[in-house]
Amino acid sequence: MSVLFIVVPLAFVLAGVFVGLFIWAARDGQYDDVDTPAIRAIQDDD
Amino acid sequence: MTTLRAPSLSLDSRGEVLCTHCDQVVPDGLVRDDAPDQFCCHGCETAYGVIHSCGLERYYALVDAAGEKTGPAKSTGRAYAEFDDPAFHTLYVRKSGEGVRSTELFLEGVHCSACVWLVERLPRVVPGVLEARLDVRRAIVRVRWDSSRVALSQVAKGIDALGYASFPARDAGSRSRRQAEDRRRLIHLAVSGACAGNVMLLALALYAGLFDAMDPVHASLFRWTSMAISLVALLWPGAAFFRSAWGALRVRSLHLDVPIALALAAGAVWSIWTTVRGHGEIYFDSLSVLVFALLAGRFVQQRQQRWSADSVELLFSLTPTAARRVEGDTVREVPVEALAAGDLVEIRAGDSCPADGVVIQGRSALDQSLLTGESRPEAVGEGSAVAAGCVNISGTIRVRVEATGEQTRVGRLMRLVEECSQRRAPIVQFADRMSGWFVAGMLGLATITLAYWLWRDSSKAVDHAVALLVVTCPCALGLGTPLAITAALGRAARAGMLIKGGEVIQRLSRPGVVFLDKTGTITGGRMEVVRWFGDESARPLAAALESQSNHPIAKAIASHAVGEHAVRDARQTVGAGIEGLVDGRRVLVGSAAFVRSRVESSEVDLSSALAECIRQGLTPILLSIDDRVVAVAGLGDRVRKDSIAAIRELRSSGWSVKVLSGDHPDIVRAVASEVGISSEDARGGLSPEDKVALVREAGSLGTVVMVGDGVNDAAALAAASVGVAVHGGAEASLAAADVYLNRPGLSGLVDLIDGSRRTMRVIKRNLAVSSLYNLSAGAAAVFGLVGPLLAAVVMPISSLTVTALSFRSRSFGGRP
Repeated sequence: MSVLFIVVPLAFVLAGVFVGLFIWAARDGQYDDVDTPAIRAIQDDD
Repeated sequence: MTTLRAPSLSLDSRGEVLCTHCDQVVPDGLVRDDAPDQFCCHGCETAYGVIHSCGLERYYALVDAAGEKTGPAKSTGRAYAEFDDPAFHTLYVRKSGEGVRSTELFLEGVHCSACVWLVERLPRVVPGVLEARLDVRRAIVRVRWDSSRVALSQVAKGIDALGYASFPARDAGSRSRRQAEDRRRLIHLAVSGACAGNVMLLALALYAGLFDAMDPVHASLFRWTSMAISLVALLWPGAAFFRSAWGALRVRSLHLDVPIALALAAGAVWSIWTTVRGHGEIYFDSLSVLVFALLAGRFVQQRQQRWSADSVELLFSLTPTAARRVEGDTVREVPVEALAAGDLVEIRAGDSCPADGVVIQGRSALDQSLLTGESRPEAVGEGSAVAAGCVNISGTIRVRVEATGEQTRVGRLMRLVEECSQRRAPIVQFADRMSGWFVAGMLGLATITLAYWLWRDSSKAVDHAVALLVVTCPCALGLGTPLAITAALGRAARAGMLIKGGEVIQRLSRPGVVFLDKTGTITGGRMEVVRWFGDESARPLAAALESQSNHPIAKAIASHAVGEHAVRDARQTVGAGIEGLVDGRRVLVGSAAFVRSRVESSEVDLSSALAECIRQGLTPILLSIDDRVVAVAGLGDRVRKDSIAAIRELRSSGWSVKVLSGDHPDIVRAVASEVGISSEDARGGLSPEDKVALVREAGSLGTVVMVGDGVNDAAALAAASVGVAVHGGAEASLAAADVYLNRPGLSGLVDLIDGSRRTMRVIKRNLAVSSLYNLSAGAAAVFGLVGPLLAAVVMPISSLTVTALSFRSRSFGGRP
């Protein structure tokens, strides 16, 4: 069971990376407007 | 893929010709028999032309697909010269790279997904524009352009040609501050959510380990890890609670955050102590879930409040930005900020007045609907006072400026709107208050438990007391209300009711007084010929003559045109009428005074026709042919078909219904009696300030709902406990209102009130379920009956029950 000493910290490093990515995205303004991109995506350009 | 509209004429069910651009009925006078495309106005024709020449026809397919009833917007044809003024650039334009400029413009008329597509194709319409990004909810477009290739006025003209009037989005500073705060709040929510989820997982492992005799080394690994993660949650997103509790204690007041902070601190200190000591219970899971639940509830509520703050700001963007200042012999277009009292400005037909002042030259008719809510124009001549925001309809006038900016009548009105929105009693955040008291109660109970067990069995005392705090974690209680409100708001939006805040639902669930505006709310808001006395065959001649004018009364009569008539020598007298030769016959159409001053004999019983018009609240228009009055038309604003039923339904659910209008008291009484409202409940001739005073007065008695559509209603909408703007209203009224109904008439209001009542029932049920759960679990814990595993299983179940109840229940729009 000593594998836990590697896996648990590893899991939290991974979780930390994703939280970090989210923080970067939020600071980058990617969540400022959550309505328009949804519309933009379905309007394929001719 | 491009989809072209059918080249044939499009007709509606009644055989009327529809505008190719906006799908509204084309007045008969403007129908061109040979053309494949028909337009109801010049604005639509311009927009259609531009959209076609740039190969953007797909827009119409997208509009149809979006199922929007409003239809595309029309261009105004403004010059936007003030957008190139250096003063304007220092205020609103930013440099972003070599020769590249960017600015934010607020667009009027943005309402659906097709608008996003069209506006973002701006680089194709105006060469030199690098990028246009539209935020559809705020109706703000961010444009980047190459200033060496194109001027901002050209850009604005391009957007205008697509059908959207643009205004500089004022007050960018406070908007970006708020944006930064929104991002910070989102990050806090995410961090606390991630922490809560991970600590929960560890806690489950710990609880499960109790039964398999977990290796103590592993157990202590898990404890230390959950401590580390929880401390992140407590000290980063959770710090907000400690800070606000400390702030409250320092000014010696008790605040909702105090018991929360106390519970968090007590739980944390105890759990850290057990972790270091190496045995006993830890409560990191419930602490981090509590932080997350409270933040989530606040996030939902604040996002809605943010939306309303944004829209009030946009209100200020709508006042005119340009003025034509007379400088000696020349007339120069300047930003409205540059105007000062004493300046002379020229106002042409179609312009809106940039400032308050007095007419010193020229005669015209002004549309004062901004201040009165009535579209019936008023004649002005030398010496008449004009107010900023009124639209000049017919002739060019010159005005000596007396007040500008915030000093104008409209400026003061806007300030009143802002004041009213701020002074509105803040609804105490319901969920927070509940959980605050709840936590305080549980702390008290925990103290009692502690004392009881110290007396009976001191070794278990602390464990039992803390177990009580865990099992009664108020996350179901904290989440229940915001969840039910969010679900209801989403459903309401889909049913065409945009509600700005959850507290609106709470206010609407108890009956009170409804104030209705008349024009555009009870009635259709458009002049129509309601009665016709005398010779029917004279209608086409009058219509042919009136199609020469763009006065609203003229448009109503012009819509009766049939066939071809040659009109010659048409001459308008502002505010009185029009005369000319139609098919060689001398025709006069106009007010009673105008026609009678020129024509004496009459075929109609004038006095009885005029009396009948006055009794019904109609405007009489006389028609004479070859010097004989042949007919009298009674013009008015028709009552909507659904108004009577809607008012009856409102009454039956306990609301009292009253009318507030800026129109003439006689007309207001006539309309009120038609929909079954007694004359003492129908007040006419009110200024915007009078409306606010009446709404405030009624506010002392209970819930006041104000329903309106115009800028003149905006302050009253903001002053009421719930302001409801109806479809087709001015954007300013939308900004001031709490609710926007996406369909015309009053039936939406009935649905809104019904839905609110149902939503409140869901909230109460949620509170009952979670209190019941917490009470029984709490009672069991007091007597030491709840084991940690049971607590870990039951806690998420209670939250899930509440979530399911919130999203499955019927609130708005009938079926779930």
